[in-house]
Amino acid sequence: MDALSIKATEDTPNINFDPATGLLEISGRSLPEDAAGFYKPVLDWLKQYASSAKAGSALAMKLEYFNTASSKVILDIFNIIEKIATDKKVIWYFDKDDEDMQEAGEEFSEIVNIPFEYKTY
Amino acid sequence: MVDNSLILVYEGEFTQEITKSVLTMAERNLEYMEEESNTKKKVFNVMVECLQNICKHTDKVAEDNKLWSSAVFMIAKDEEYYSIVSGNAIENAFIPSLEEKLNQINSLDKEGLKVLYKDMLLNSQLSEKGGAGLGFVDIARKSGQKLEYSFEPINDQSSFFCFRTKIARVNE
Repeated sequence: MDALSIKATEDTPNINFDPATGLLEISGRSLPEDAAGFYKPVLDWLKQYASSAKAGSALAMKLEYFNTASSKVILDIFNIIEKIATDKKVIWYFDKDDEDMQEAGEEFSEIVNIPFEYKTY
Repeated sequence: MVDNSLILVYEGEFTQEITKSVLTMAERNLEYMEEESNTKKKVFNVMVECLQNICKHTDKVAEDNKLWSSAVFMIAKDEEYYSIVSGNAIENAFIPSLEEKLNQINSLDKEGLKVLYKDMLLNSQLSEKGGAGLGFVDIARKSGQKLEYSFEPINDQSSFFCFRTKIARVNE
């Protein structure tokens, strides 16, 4: 399976999914009006990856901002990660002063059944 | 010290491209201000949701056999608050459901808003226009203030929806 790499724009994040290491990174800002359109290839890739995922896969979420349209799709992403049969986790990064981003991570972790690890930057 | 100032005003048509440009300008203006980063982030988040609301939900108004579509967006600050104000035309038929939604949000406290947000996140679908229906709830949560709004009649079919969010400045 090929890696998925999408470069960031002013309103979409950088996507770097490496099936060889199991490190799946989403970073930057996610503010697209058409969140479903932007994330379609991301969801497709993840669905395929989930069936033969590497043990210890880690989804690193390093978002500075995300809009509410993206929040729906982020939940879809977590729902796919949740189905990975082997060990997996989400690493949720947030600016140490950004309580809203910290709380957003905690809320997602209450909704989905995946271990969350928190890191500040 | 009196400290009232407009940071940005835009009036006109709102396309996706214009929305992006307005956001970029507003962000640049905010960057130069000495303000706590968390406050700036809240202002930016609320701006994004307001601009995308305008872009998705501004209805055309029929007047003198012509159709026009125009909206206004403004950010200002005073000693205590940042104000993010938007105004856009909507069809009168949408007012009751919009008003019900805004009243529901304003009736909830912090914990109630959190429950509503999670419930909507789990149970709503992205609309045809790509919205999650979560915008107003998110704005209420990020701002920590009641949503202020009014409807000014334009004609039998349309009204102007004015919406204002306040975000407290930390360095008051």
